Parts: sequence; structure tokens; C-alpha cells
Amino acid sequence: MTDEQWPATRARVLRSALGVGVVVGTYGVAFGALAVSSGLSVTQALALSTLTFTGASQFALVGVLGAGGSALAGVATAWLLGSRNALYGMRLAPLLATESRRRRLLAAHLVIDESTAVAVAQDDDRAARLGFWATGTSVFVCWNLATVAGALGTEALGDPQAWGLDAAVGAAFLALLWPRLRDRRALPVALGGAAVALAATPLLPAGVPVLLAAVVAVVVGWPEPAARQAGA
Amino acid sequence: MWPAILATSLGAYLLKLAGLSTPAEVLESPRVRRISALLPVALLAALTAVQIFAVGQHLALDARAAGLAFAVGALLLRAPFLVVVVGAAAVAAGVRALVG
Repeated sequence: MTDEQWPATRARVLRSALGVGVVVGTYGVAFGALAVSSGLSVTQALALSTLTFTGASQFALVGVLGAGGSALAGVATAWLLGSRNALYGMRLAPLLATESRRRRLLAAHLVIDESTAVAVAQDDDRAARLGFWATGTSVFVCWNLATVAGALGTEALGDPQAWGLDAAVGAAFLALLWPRLRDRRALPVALGGAAVALAATPLLPAGVPVLLAAVVAVVVGWPEPAARQAGA
Repeated sequence: MWPAILATSLGAYLLKLAGLSTPAEVLESPRVRRISALLPVALLAALTAVQIFAVGQHLALDARAAGLAFAVGALLLRAPFLVVVVGAAAVAAGVRALVG
């Protein structure tokens, strides 16, 4: 890329970073609302958004706790869901290798679905680095502001069940799952995971059936794909 | 509650940092990649199912299922996240008000 093209590229990257932040903010409102309806205080909801800062894990923790699961089961589910950020980190590592050690410690906190997606969509490293930092920052700000808004709003509502917020938690999980179903093997894994969790629900303490569903991902993901050998 | 919040946060950060700091070849075996791509799928599907069909250790079919049905329809129509979630809540609350 020549230097003349840079201002236009920079403007484009910053625009997408801001757009992604605003969209993700709507998830943040839902997270704040669901956290409070699961029994967390506004401060605790905000602490999760600031310190954990990875949506699916946050939803999982409050979902498991809200359903009466143990803290241990909730934390374990949240960690398993957070493991995909390690893969994003590996994807971003070559890009951020030039940053100082301190900036890399800060960058790690911003390694999430959205910052990775915007970074890897860029054509050159300079735009990719800007995409990562700008999207990470924009999502962080919007996510936390939205969490507070959702949490405060819900605190004012009263009975979460009367407002259907228990169904909203399920809908939120489904909406987080939806874009991942495009992969060929994802649908059987999703149905299998749901079936395992429901079958185990009467037998195991709340929260544990969800963890058990992880086994389905391991069983399906373990064998080498057969399609290539068949020449398909 | 606070220990769970702090433990979740510490684990989430260390996973992110581990990715940035690990030489790619260590974790980037195709098998690890496949399993970690499928892990969120299995867990989110299980979380959805339990959230909608479980009450403690019992299974139940109630207003929440109507909310989920709305969510599926809305997602098929590519509705935005907030429409999916708020709509599901409204449908469940409506069914509850009518039936319960």
C-alpha cells in the first residue's frame, strides 16, 4: 500500500471498527439485563464485562448460575467457551509480534471474535493492526456502557420471569450459536450437545450437563475428516 | 459470586494471552483446531436447550419454548440480535400471561 492510500484505508477501518462496536453494544444490553435477572448486582455485571470481556463466556457463567448451577460448573463452562480466544490469539500473534511486551499484555485482553474478524479481513499488516486495536477498543467501550444500561434498566423492571427474560437467555445463546452452524459438522454437534445436556439433566447437578456436552465436540472433532480420502 | 467472576476473568485472560504467546505449531494441529471450533457449538447448543427445557433437574415444556420458536424464526429471517432476544422474551411473557 502506498502512503497516499493510507488515509482512505484508515478511515474505512475506523468506520468498520465503530460499526462493529455499536452492533456488539446491543448484545451488551442483553448481557446486562440477563446478568441482573440471574441475580448479579449491576457492579458484578459490569465487572464481568470489564474483566472477562468475552461475551459467550459471560453469558454462560450467568446462565449456569441463574439456572441454579454451581460456581464451579459455571466457571468451567465459561473457560471452555473462552478457549477459542486462544486460537484467535495464535492467528493474531504474528501481526502483534512487533508490539512492545506491555502493549502485548494489553492486546491480549482485546483478543475476541470481533477484533480478530476485522483484523484478518484487512489486506496489509498496518491496516490489520489498526483494525485489531480500533475494533477491540470500540467494542470494549460499547460493551461496557451497554452492560451498565441493560443492568440498570433490568434492576428497575422487577420480576424477570414476568418479562420472559428466562426465554431471552435461551434466545441469546441460540443467536450466539447461529452463525457457527454454517460449518458442515456443526449442526449434528449442536443437536448432539443439546440432546446430551437434556438427557443428563435429571441425573446430574445443574450446570454439569452443559459441560458434558463438550464431549460431543471432542468425539466428532477427533477423527480425521473422511471426505478428502474419498476424493469428494 | 465474586470468586466465580474473578476466576472466570483470570481464565479468560490467560487463554487469550496463551494464544498470543504460544508458537503456532504447538496448538495449531488440525485436530485441536477442529475440536476448538466445535466446542462452542456443543456448549452453546447445550446452554440453549437447558435454559429452555430445564427447571432445576426436571425437564419441562412451557412458555419458554414458544419464545425459542420465535427466536428460530427470527434468526431464519436474519433479524438483528436485539429483535431475536426481546421478541423471544415478549412471546414467552405473552404466553405466560395467557396460559398462566
